[in-house]
Amino acid sequence: MTLYAVIFYLLGVVILTATGLAITRRQPVHAVLYLIVAFLGTAALFFLLGAPLLAAFVVIVYAGAIMVLVLFVIMLFQRSPQELRLLSEWGPATLLGVIFLSVAVAMVLKDDRSGIVLQGAVAQPRDFGRFLFDRYWLAVEIVSILFLVALVAILHLGKRRDTDEDEVNPVRNPNGASPPTAEQRSIISNGVKEGHR
Amino acid sequence: MIVPLGHVFLLAGLIFAMGLVCLVAHRNLIMTLIGVEVMMNAAAIAFVAASLRWQLMEGQAFVLFILAVSAAEISLGLALVVSLYRRTGSIDPDHYDILKW
Repeated sequence: MTLYAVIFYLLGVVILTATGLAITRRQPVHAVLYLIVAFLGTAALFFLLGAPLLAAFVVIVYAGAIMVLVLFVIMLFQRSPQELRLLSEWGPATLLGVIFLSVAVAMVLKDDRSGIVLQGAVAQPRDFGRFLFDRYWLAVEIVSILFLVALVAILHLGKRRDTDEDEVNPVRNPNGASPPTAEQRSIISNGVKEGHR
Repeated sequence: MIVPLGHVFLLAGLIFAMGLVCLVAHRNLIMTLIGVEVMMNAAAIAFVAASLRWQLMEGQAFVLFILAVSAAEISLGLALVVSLYRRTGSIDPDHYDILKW
């Protein structure tokens, strides 16, 4: 067993432990913090498997940007929903995961070629970038369009609707935006009432 | 000489199964999104291992696109959750019944 193999198994244990702790937490904040550890382990694994640029991207995008975004959104919510920890709730999900996992393990073990030992190689960032923009420049452009679409959708969804305040106190803002129709008002009040049940 | 390819795939499969359980079992929409992230992470690990196995950079290019799609997905999903919370005051999908007659 080489040093690389030892590092791989150590990283695997770290990633699996952190992910397992993350998915069983009841507080989303704790889950996100454990998940950051898992993503940092993934970045180290990418570095070991010869993808230094992807390792940097995982640290920047996953562990940095996305997880901080999730943390900020968690702070917007006052309380978490009541989580059930009964066997009847977690049982079917775990059964599904175990069935999937056993099938995957059987497929991997049955294939002789899965025993092929990986040879170390490194994709240098310069070569990788050149390759990406040489062969997959169209996909990069399509991804940028995807980001634009997501941005527009998020701006639309995140826009505060005036009906939210008008519903609480319709008289206070006579010159503002048009008050909600009776239909909208009933929907909003119903939703709020049901939510606080 | 690192490890056999199958071991990396087994690691990816384990992480994917954990993400699947997280996705199905929780009653919190944020935990559901986190489960999707975990599954995408597992797919990225499998892609990088395959890229090293065949000594081709296509796998790593795909991981880059997985990263981009996952970033767009989580931000849009969180925006949807915030919007739903504003409308209904809850992030438990069991409470979403405003479409019920």
